Order: sequence, then C-alpha cells, then structure tokens
Amino acid sequence: MYLIQYLFLSAMLFGIGVYGALARKHAVLVLMSIELILTSVNINFLAFGAFNETTRGAVFAIFVIAVAAAEVGVGLAIVLLMYRNNKNIDLTEADAMKG
Amino acid sequence: MLDNIWIMPALMAGAFVFTLLFSKRLGVAGHWAGLTAITICLGLSIVAGIQWNNTERIPLKEAEKAELAAIGLEAHESETTSEKSDDNEIALGATVGKSVAAPVLAASSTEEELVRVPVLREWSWFDMGDGGQEGDSTVQIGTRADGLSIVMLLTVCLISFMVHIFSIGYLKGDRRYRHYFASLALFTGAMMLMVISSTTLGVLFGWELMGLCSFLLIGHWWEDRNNANAALKAFFTTRTGDIGLLVGIAMLFFFAGNRFDIAAINYTAIEGGRTTMLTVACAALLVAVIGKSAQFPLHTWLPDAMAGPTPASALIHAATMVVAGVYLVLRLYPSFWTAFDIGGGVWSPIAIVGVTTAITAALLAFVQTDLKKVLAYSTVSQLGFMVLALGVGGWIAALFHLVTHAVFKGLLFLCAGSVSEGCHHTFDMREMGGLRKKMPVTYATFMIGTLALCGVAPFAGFFSKDEILLSAGTYGYKTFMYLGFLAAALTAMYMTRATYLTFFGRYRGHAHPHESPRILTLPLISLTAISIPVGLINLPLLGHPLDKFAATATNLVLYEEAGLPSILTFSWNKAIASVLVVAFAFALAYAYNVRKMFGHGLTKRSTLARAGYTFLVNKYYLDRLYTDGVVGGIKGPVANAAYWVNQNVIDGVVNGVGTGGKLAAKGVYNVLDQSVVDGAVNGVGAAATQSGGLLRKLQNGQVQTYAAWLFGAGALFVLYLAINA
Repeated sequence: MYLIQYLFLSAMLFGIGVYGALARKHAVLVLMSIELILTSVNINFLAFGAFNETTRGAVFAIFVIAVAAAEVGVGLAIVLLMYRNNKNIDLTEADAMKG
Repeated sequence: MLDNIWIMPALMAGAFVFTLLFSKRLGVAGHWAGLTAITICLGLSIVAGIQWNNTERIPLKEAEKAELAAIGLEAHESETTSEKSDDNEIALGATVGKSVAAPVLAASSTEEELVRVPVLREWSWFDMGDGGQEGDSTVQIGTRADGLSIVMLLTVCLISFMVHIFSIGYLKGDRRYRHYFASLALFTGAMMLMVISSTTLGVLFGWELMGLCSFLLIGHWWEDRNNANAALKAFFTTRTGDIGLLVGIAMLFFFAGNRFDIAAINYTAIEGGRTTMLTVACAALLVAVIGKSAQFPLHTWLPDAMAGPTPASALIHAATMVVAGVYLVLRLYPSFWTAFDIGGGVWSPIAIVGVTTAITAALLAFVQTDLKKVLAYSTVSQLGFMVLALGVGGWIAALFHLVTHAVFKGLLFLCAGSVSEGCHHTFDMREMGGLRKKMPVTYATFMIGTLALCGVAPFAGFFSKDEILLSAGTYGYKTFMYLGFLAAALTAMYMTRATYLTFFGRYRGHAHPHESPRILTLPLISLTAISIPVGLINLPLLGHPLDKFAATATNLVLYEEAGLPSILTFSWNKAIASVLVVAFAFALAYAYNVRKMFGHGLTKRSTLARAGYTFLVNKYYLDRLYTDGVVGGIKGPVANAAYWVNQNVIDGVVNGVGTGGKLAAKGVYNVLDQSVVDGAVNGVGAAATQSGGLLRKLQNGQVQTYAAWLFGAGALFVLYLAINA
C-alpha cells in the first residue's frame, strides 16, 4: 500500500464534503457533509501516523472524533431550534445574520 | 496518608458524580454521598495532620537539599544561606527557647531552624514531545503534603462538614436539593485539589472548578432574575482576574525552565533573584488574587454573591473559596517575596491592595441594611487583612488569620442563615431587632462570632489580627500597621451596629421569630466551640505551634536572607493597643447606635455626611463604572463602530465603486464622444455594478456563503504553501 492512496481517498472525501457543505440547502445534510470533511482529516492523520510509525496520528484522530461528536450535538440542537422557530430547515432562508 | 492525599479530592469528586447520577435512582437522600465523603475526608485530614506532626523535623539546610532533590534540582547556593543565618539563628533560638512547653524542639532548637520535608508524589501526565527544547518535557501532576496544605485541608474539611449538616436543614424540601449537594461536594473537592497540588496546573484546575461551582451555587435559585445575574457577575468578575492567573502561570512555567512545579518555581525565584519576568508574572498573579479574593477594585462580585443559599455563602464566599487567592500567594510566597521585594520593607503593592480593601470594604459595611451583606463586606475587609499580612511579610500571620477567619466567618454566616430561617426568610435588618430573647442559641453563637471577628481579647480574631499587625510593625511597614489598626476599629464599629440592629432593641418585623431546629443550631454550637480554641493555635506560650507546623524551608530561607525573624516575638504594647482600639470602637459604636449620641439623622442635616452616605450606598460607584463604563463602553462604541463601518465603508465602497464606474464611463463617453464603442462603456458600468454586488454578497447572512469564503481563503492559503514549498 502506498500513502498516496490514502491521501487520495481523503482528498476525495474532503472535496465531496466541501461541496455538500456549500451546496446543499438541507441543514442536516450540511452537518453530514461537515462530518465527511472531518473524516477525511482523520484519514490523513491516521495515514501519516501509520506511515511514520507513531501513535500520535491516532491520538489526534481520537480528539477529532470527540470534537466532531460535540460539534454534531451542538449543530443538531441548532437545527432543532431552527425548525421550531421557522418550521423549516432550509439554510437559504436563515439569513438573520445579514449585516 | 501523606502519600495518598489525593484520595480526598477523589472522594469528593466521586460524591459529586454519585449524587448527580445515581442518588435519585438508588433512592438515597441527596446529601448522603456528600456528607459521607466529607466526614471521611475530615477524618483523613485529621489523620494527615497527626502524621505530619509526627514527621521528623530536620535542619533547614538538609531539608532544603532533600526538597530540591525531590524535584530533581541541585542545591546551588545553600552555603551562602547557612553562613548568613548564623547570627539570626541565635536570636531565633532565644525566642524559641522560651517555649519549653514544646518538648519536641527543646533539645535542638537552639542550634538551627528545623523544618519538615514536604511529602511529594508526582505522576507524569503527558509528554510535550521531543521538540529539542531545554528542560524537562514531561508535564507532571502531583500532590504535595506539607504544613500549609494540611492546615488548609483541615480548615476546608471542617467548614465544609458543618455546612453540609447545616444545609440539610436549611435546604429541606428545596427543588434542586440534589444539585445543591452535588455542587457542594464538587466545590469541596476542587478546593482540596487546589491546596494539595504540587504544580501550578493543579492549582489552575482547582481554581477554575471552584469558579464554576461558585457560579452554580450563587445561581441556585435562578428562577429569580437577580440571582442569575449575581451568578453571572461573580463568574465574569473573577474571570477577569483569571486571565492574570493564566498569564502568570504561563510566565512562571518558562521562568522555572519549562516546569510547572511550585517548588521549582520558588527555588528558581530564590536563587535567580528579582527579574523583570518574575515581577511581571507575579503582578499578573496578583490580578488573579484581586479577582478571586475579592480585593478592591474587583470586590463588587462578592456582596452580590450573597444571592446564593446561605450555607453555600458561608462555605464559598466567606470561609474557603475566596481565600484561594490568599492561598495562591501563600503557596508561591518566595516568588512574590522576590518579585515585590517584600523583605525590603519599603512599599509593597500587595500590602497596598490589602489595606485599601480592608478599609474601603469596612466603610461599605456601615451602610448595608442586609445582614448577609454586612457579613459579605466584612469578609472582603478581612480578606484585605490577609492580603495585607502577605504584603508585609507575615506569611504565618496570613495563614493564621485565614484559619481563624474561616471558622468564625463560617459561624457568622450560618448564624445569619439561622436568623433568616427564624424570621421567615428575610435578611433585612430593618425588619429584625430584639431577636436576643427569641433565638437564644443563635444569639449566643453570633455574639461569640462577632467578638472573634472584632478581635476581642480571648477570642480567635484577636490573636490572628494581632499577629498581622505585629508582622507589619516588625517587618518595617509601620504605616500599614496604623492603617490596620484603623480597619480593626472600623470592624468593631460596623459589627456593633449589625448586632444591635439584629438582636437588640424592639422587634420591627411582622413575622413570629422562633429558634431554629436542632440540625441548624448544632453546627453553630460546634463551630462556636471550635472558634474559641482556634485562636490558641499559634500561642507564644505553647511555642508557636502553627509556626512549627506550617514552616517551609523556602520561607525560612527568605526570612534569613532578609535578616528578619521568622517567628514573631509577642509584644504587649501592640496587644494592649489593639485591645484599646477595639474597646474605643465599641464605645463609639455603642454611643452612636444605642445611645443615639452625636446626633442621629446626621445624613439629613449635613450635606457632607449625606454626600458620603450616598457615595457609600452606591458602593463608590464601582458597579456603575463597570456596567456603564466598561461593559457599556465596549458594547456601545464597538457596535456603533461596526454599524458605521457597515454603513459607510462597505456600502460606501459599493456605492463608490458604482459611482466611480459610472463617472468614468460618463467621462469616457463625453471626452471621447462617439469614438469609443458603446460596448466598452457598458462593460465598465457592468463591471462596477458586479464588483459592487460581489462586495454586497459578503454580508448576505447566508451561512454557506460565509463557509464558502472560509474554504476559498483556506484554498488560497494552501496554494500559497504549495507554491512556496
């Protein structure tokens, strides 16, 4: 196995994730895309860690997973509140941050 | 026990988790786990105290070496200290020699100062990596059992135990009974963690946890908006100081050669002398002390913190948490000593902070109508006393006052709780009076607490306050000593006023006051019983037991280098002076409050008196300054500035680009007339509009647009890296 294969997979996932996060209108799908981005980062960490024969990559990946879990928790809470207030979760309609 | 002192905070943390998660399911009362844990901890701390007392005392030089070896440093300058110490030792021996009553030291004390070596236990927490840095790269976390930490542990356990018992009665039937006891247990554990930590990191954890618990307990009855606001205020105000703590800890880390060990920091400070880095770090830590220990001008949170349940106030905002700042200075005393040249006896910022607080807070206590607030300001004032003691070099005096104050102020607060329980939940002294007959037990215990606080001769406060004034006099801070006398007199006066309003005269309220149930009075009686002998723990006649118990090698070295005695000689003059000052203050307060002399209603007749009164009622306008000046100042202008930027700069750019484009187009059209094709003109116009539109898109409120900017910027950055690589 070569490092490049992992990196390629990771880059693909990252690209898909970015596309999803930017293009989808459905808030939950956007959250899922963000998870994809984080996963791709994890793959990078693990791959580099494995190829350098240290455990640091794995440790970092665990941290990323923990942060990701927390982030989804907060994100879903926001989505729920959005639904409660607006009766839909279309991100294009949520523009309260408009300057 | 000294090795395994970590068990105590662990027990309390366990009680916290148990109370919160399991106590309801298992059907045990909310206080069960906390009370069991604190009882065990109280027992363990007494065991630890006995063990520490039985530890062998070895000569100072050897102790210093042993301590240095324990933290992995070598003794550098131990010869110089021992040379200098010779003549002091004789003087010290002479003072100690009087104390034949203490058989342990009678034999050896004439030769050299004896100390015990702290029991250290360290674990490596994590490795910071092999980045080729100098010094140790593993971060240690550990416990340190020495006289200071054991005295603190005993104090915390004792007060916390009493508060737990009192709370069972006081919060009976409360909606969040379990949460209350969970926070109480976590708080006690955090305080224990802080006092036994051997590294500044552990101190930081305990410190922050206490901030959190304080927030939870002040806002315990958060349904009332005021309580929630008070909790927020306490949290934010102490947070302001905590920035100082973080900065200070980080700087001391580098100062001590990439180490968090407190002992390493202290020894580096002693050996390295005064450097700018050390001074700045200690100044930052002093800010933290000002925040946490409610020193002027950040004291405003403490009186508001009285919104919490009274036993919690007793534990947190009177007896233990607020002394965290004092403890921090006690623990890092060699660093502070070196940084501010305390031994030099010229001026010391710590002493100035302390004495300012002691006097200003005492003045504020005069105009309060709420019994708890009088006690709160009194706490601030007494904390000022402790900080003053630290500032003038009275390490033991500060620790001593910390202990006695914890006992009698805890007692006074619990009494206030008992009063409010008897008077249908009011703390307003205007609706009290004459409770002496109605609540005899509370009255008697409150009186003893008051006498101790005012420093009347055989009670606890007398000894500790005297020790503080004595150290100020002995170590060359005469001015501070006189100011300290003034603050002591003020203390006696405002406490007379509060006691008179509450317990004497005629009952002015509308409830039917009655004595509190046994579960409330029991802790009061026990604390009273303790508050009388606690003043004797450093009695010269007994050979200064506290001095012996808590002595640390680092501090003795400091006193020696400065040529000052580490154990104070009792001075009859100062003791008599302090008794006279207090007696005079009592007489004055009695004449004013009870006999109504010096014209009551002074504030109505004299403009000056009224101005002073208004100034005090408004708490020196500090709250006004903070909310309107600082918070409002930041909120208003920044928001306005942002709005202005939005309106003028962004829109201006957009419009400007548009107009500019149009003007240019017009110019081109007019000057070159028909010679240029219309398409170019239209092109310029369109470009202008489009760039305007692009800029407008920056602010469209869509999350995804913002995300796109983020990713775009990130991609640009990666591109830059790739090109530069």
